[in-house]
Amino acid sequence: MHQKKYTLAFILLLVLLVICFCISISFGSVTIPFTDTISAIFGGELQKESWGYIIRNYRIPKAITAILTGGGLALSGLLMQTLFRNPLAGPFVLGISSGASLGAAILIMGASMLSGIFTFGVVNNVTLAIASSTGSFLVLLSVMVVAAKVKDTMALLIIGLMFGSITAAIVSVLSYFTDAEQLQQYIYWSFGSLGNLSWSQLGLLAIIIGTGIFISIFTIKSLNAFLLGENYARSLGVHIKKQRFLIILATGLLAGGITAFAGPIAFIGLAVPHLTRQVFNTTNHKILIPAVLLYGAILMLLCDTIAQLPSSAYVLPINAITSIIGAPVVIWLLIRKKKMVF
Amino acid sequence: MQKGELTAIVGINGIGKSTLLRTLGNVQPKLSGTISIDTIEINDYKPGQLAAKISVVLTEKIASKNLTSLEVIALGRQPYTNWIGTLTATDKQKITEAISLVQIEELQHKKCYELSDGQLQKVMIARALAQDTSIILLDEPTSHLDLYHKATILKLLKNIAHKTKKTILFTTHEIEVALQLCDKILILDKNTSHFNTPDALIAAKKFDSLFPKDTITFNPESGSFKVV
Repeated sequence: MHQKKYTLAFILLLVLLVICFCISISFGSVTIPFTDTISAIFGGELQKESWGYIIRNYRIPKAITAILTGGGLALSGLLMQTLFRNPLAGPFVLGISSGASLGAAILIMGASMLSGIFTFGVVNNVTLAIASSTGSFLVLLSVMVVAAKVKDTMALLIIGLMFGSITAAIVSVLSYFTDAEQLQQYIYWSFGSLGNLSWSQLGLLAIIIGTGIFISIFTIKSLNAFLLGENYARSLGVHIKKQRFLIILATGLLAGGITAFAGPIAFIGLAVPHLTRQVFNTTNHKILIPAVLLYGAILMLLCDTIAQLPSSAYVLPINAITSIIGAPVVIWLLIRKKKMVF
Repeated sequence: MQKGELTAIVGINGIGKSTLLRTLGNVQPKLSGTISIDTIEINDYKPGQLAAKISVVLTEKIASKNLTSLEVIALGRQPYTNWIGTLTATDKQKITEAISLVQIEELQHKKCYELSDGQLQKVMIARALAQDTSIILLDEPTSHLDLYHKATILKLLKNIAHKTKKTILFTTHEIEVALQLCDKILILDKNTSHFNTPDALIAAKKFDSLFPKDTITFNPESGSFKVV
């Protein structure tokens, strides 16, 4: 119907993505001229050898992390909003984020408490990623066990929130008994960070997100049916339980994997699907899924660039930037359109 | 039930009209008994196969009002489309047919939140038609509509049943309109139920006991109820 319009929009978004990618890697604590940044990408000659090292091993992995986390979080948000038919649902309503926080908290703070008895392994990026992904998957598994028993999707939403509350409470108790140094380490983790991933970790994250996207593609048809409501979807031949399982699994992989590697990143999952629906004015998931992936990636790259405070030595917490930039945009869109299209 | 007939289910509130309809449509699990279509038990159908046999129009609102009428109707083709839901030429033709049967050509590019209750009901009927099933079940398709729209919807259903040879079953509280338009009526009463043509049911005085006599009486000549 609007095939040409969509194709044009996607081309524009791709161009925008490439531009944002270049901007993102040209800023950092070390000033590198833009021309040198570009030639570093294409393996050209540089004025200083260290610049090439910085761009290849620090800035490019960081920008790719931004693309993966932005796209992944946005997609998981879209899946949750359609599954729950609730515009306020995000990837973290199922307690995925709080599960990851719990895993990280137990590793960082629990280790210090038990250090008299055991000598735990070091707290580093790898162990943190393992702990937080274990945490998020344990919470996700319990939610899925409950989901198999509960028929009502709204009840599932509330159960997810309850799981979130429980894990948040445990984290509070742990924080209360821990010392300042560990608490600071935990808080730093909860700020979120895109810059800590090595190429091999990035590869693992890419595989997880790729799997999540792959599963999502197979749920497009039932996602569209879910727009009519669960009963209508069933009458259209959608295998509700199976599809619900697949959607939750994809969300878990996307949101869980991202939180494990980059910490909890707020707002993207909730806001990008809304932005995309407003701009594309459609609810067809065949359009929405690639669109939210691109929008999420672009928005994340922009936030990352801003968090870098161009050409300064400081990096602001990405979690705060995503909210500061994004929330006003959603408010503005809602005021302009006067209603939340879903 | 016969092919090509419009049947109404009537009865007082809470007697189980909707429950019966939703059970028949496999929207909710059955309490007891068996339901068979073409001699095969309903639970033995795969979800996709059943969707090609029965379509439903429910009382609940659709979740996303941001769909256009055309998109809602196109979703009716899901049992026949491939894994990603691509519409073939046949699908598009069935959709166009459904739209012209219900006569909502001018509404097809409007978003659902722009439609009135009556228009939305027509869209939902068109969606059920596009699903191309031999049986269509509708739960109170005429509630919240004025008398004119009630009559329009029911005449439309009767027309569709006769033209397309579909079995159409719906629940309603509009007994007077149903008496004039339906081929068959199923009366659900406390202990028994009666199923026949409207005339035969009137002749057998089956409507007299439908409501308590000290409040409402039935006039067999005009086919109407009167408050005492």
